Amino acid sequence: MATKILTEHINVPGIETFDVYRKQGGYTAVEKALKTMTPDEIVEEVKKAGVRGRGGAGFPMGMKWSFLAKPEGVPRYLVCNADESEPGTFKDHYLMKNLPHLLIEGMIVSSFALGANKSFIYVRGELMYVIRILEKAIAEAEAKGFLGKNILGTGYDLELVVQPGGGAYICGEETALLESLEGKRGNPRNKPPFPAVKGLYQCPTVVNNVESIATTSWIVNNGGDAYAAIGIGRSTGTKLISASGHINKPGVYEIELGVPVEDFIYADEWCGGIRTGHKFKALVAGGSSVPILPANLALTLANGEKRLMSYESLSDGGFATGTMLGSGGFIVFDETSCIVRNTWNFSRFYHHESCGQCSPCREGTGWMEKVLHRIEYGHGHQQDIDLLVDVAKKIEGNTICPLGDAAAWPVASAIRHFRDEFQWHIDNPSEATQPGAVYRGEMALV
Amino acid sequence: MEDVKPQLLKVTIDGIEVEVEPGTTILQAARKIGPEVAPPAMCYYQPLKGSGGKCRACLVRVAAGSAKDPRPMPKLVASCLTAVQDGMIVENTTSPQVIDARNGVVEFLLLNHPLDCPVCDQAGECDLQNFSFDHGKATTRYEEDRRTFEKNDLGPYIQLHMTRCILCYRCVYTADQITNKRVHGVLGRGDAAEIGTYIEKAIDNDFSGNVIDVCPVGALTDKTYRFKNRVWFTKPVDAHRDCPTCSGNVTLWYRGDEVIRVTARKNEWNEVTEFICNTCRFEKKKTSDWTIEGPTKISRSSVISANKYRADTIKPSFGQRLAAAEYKEIHEERDTSQLKIQQLPPERFAKLPSAMEPEP
Repeated sequence: MATKILTEHINVPGIETFDVYRKQGGYTAVEKALKTMTPDEIVEEVKKAGVRGRGGAGFPMGMKWSFLAKPEGVPRYLVCNADESEPGTFKDHYLMKNLPHLLIEGMIVSSFALGANKSFIYVRGELMYVIRILEKAIAEAEAKGFLGKNILGTGYDLELVVQPGGGAYICGEETALLESLEGKRGNPRNKPPFPAVKGLYQCPTVVNNVESIATTSWIVNNGGDAYAAIGIGRSTGTKLISASGHINKPGVYEIELGVPVEDFIYADEWCGGIRTGHKFKALVAGGSSVPILPANLALTLANGEKRLMSYESLSDGGFATGTMLGSGGFIVFDETSCIVRNTWNFSRFYHHESCGQCSPCREGTGWMEKVLHRIEYGHGHQQDIDLLVDVAKKIEGNTICPLGDAAAWPVASAIRHFRDEFQWHIDNPSEATQPGAVYRGEMALV
Repeated sequence: MEDVKPQLLKVTIDGIEVEVEPGTTILQAARKIGPEVAPPAMCYYQPLKGSGGKCRACLVRVAAGSAKDPRPMPKLVASCLTAVQDGMIVENTTSPQVIDARNGVVEFLLLNHPLDCPVCDQAGECDLQNFSFDHGKATTRYEEDRRTFEKNDLGPYIQLHMTRCILCYRCVYTADQITNKRVHGVLGRGDAAEIGTYIEKAIDNDFSGNVIDVCPVGALTDKTYRFKNRVWFTKPVDAHRDCPTCSGNVTLWYRGDEVIRVTARKNEWNEVTEFICNTCRFEKKKTSDWTIEGPTKISRSSVISANKYRADTIKPSFGQRLAAAEYKEIHEERDTSQLKIQQLPPERFAKLPSAMEPEP
């Protein structure tokens, strides 16, 4: 059985209540951190752990913490980004729903380490019942003296606020999230200044993902070195993977980073293999914004070695033959899936969710969606494929926030690896528009 | 206290070196050199705080970050927001990557912006028109329906044409920063976003007319001037009056003896530095209301100076240089740097008649 850090006690009945969670060893990290450690020592442990941001970008968390400016007389804030909403990613939702106290414990420890006396959990507005669970858990923790004024008699105060978002994907981008938290329109800010210098209300702020914050209590309890011992290379620790698509056992799995992709898909412990009687066609490894890979490249690197579930291995070969771990939204497609339709669907999402602030993203996402819609419905022209590649290239890297890249990568990669399928749609419109019609040409199915 | 001069930073933009004070942005440094290298700006507006970074028209490539760290920046950066460093090397019109990105930005902006220049009141003064002339292409690859909007009534003075809006947010910042009653903003998201007043309300305050001046395209136009004239047939004159609410420094636009429009004064970058009140703009339209200062200085390359040529006319703008460079393929001898028309060598003349001979 693989090491589990976050979901060890997830099946204990009543774990969402304070008493059961406490009995399972919960809140010991708060006691240890507040009573025996200094904030700098905690930051040092997190740095040693080498934990990388679990929201998608994979930036080292300890380094992010150490960038936090500490001017005199100015409050600092910790904001937990729980606005998870990318197609295929649902791990934070699962974690908050089942283990609300794990997040709250992490929030207390992290806030103490960063010197924040007021912290926010920005939860996606659609998850109203999760917000109620969190609020109930916060009230319990407060009643037991783990939150509020003078926590456990150590003199440290912390107020924890749960803020429902309005339900916009863009508000998961850290600066748009801060704008939204300030009560404004959720448009991303131009960087620099980075939130670590000027964030929420122009004060130094750290924005971390739910999963990243939840790991801090384990790191405080067991030490950074113990955490770094798990995983592989610079991808330390465990990662929650939300597996979905044509697999036998969809769900959220906690894996040690470094598990081979092949094992993750086919082992009974995890996804349990591709739907019976079907073949593996394509994989989106880290949520809909990362490049899609055909089956053969998903399982092996360009040099023939097995591809592993880690930041480095998945991005091996750049965008030509690689992808990204992203937020861990693992979507598997078998041979019955139409890549064109799927790309159009992703594109539709990014078109809908673009904030409209900068012109390449505002206009380009809509353009790509309309061209893909046309191809899917049998009205494509030969030049449309190159047009899509060119439009994606002109959006990528030219926008304020990464939503432009997120919209461009799935389209560009789908054409890179499945160009034949797009061509087939253009050449055989009558056949391609039949219900359930899928390209069955030469393709590396596994 | 000793008067310490801030140390000047050396920046090279398109091979031209300039010294600027710390805190200057690349765009401001480029403007210091001149219109030759100044990146286009659709959303950036110097007097408005927080503007810039949205249209992505001013993207430039930073080939060397600074003298200390001469690595190039990985992505193109928005020059209106990026502060210069000592020893920075910037490529603006000399980088094919930048030209390509701008080409894309023009194409994106024109996807939903109708090319109705012949009927648009902004024609001749439109930033987007200039930008597409410099960096755009003659054709579009967009085949889909363009977005259209219901007409939105903003009151007696301002006409909103949402179809022409490129969502630069300038008018929103204006309303936010120079008036105390902000009633309009951006509604909706993505390419469904629009400038609106939420529930059709008039934009009603003393300085509301300034949103017309800051609009880079013809989305917000002056209802009292609509369809009265083309801008290149008018004669702009600087004038002022003793106004209790604003500075009273304006430009009067004459057709014959009649003042047909009053606007705030714009600098060479098409930016208003002194905003004016609605009384000056919409109500004082008699010459007797004003003290005339003299003709407004108009850039010789502006369409407003059309038919009013002088000997020292047009400096080659980037668009003309680009066109000349493309033309070079046909005409090798043409010297594009000076833009002087050279006499064709005689042997070229000899070739011409044969090509024009009718086919047997």
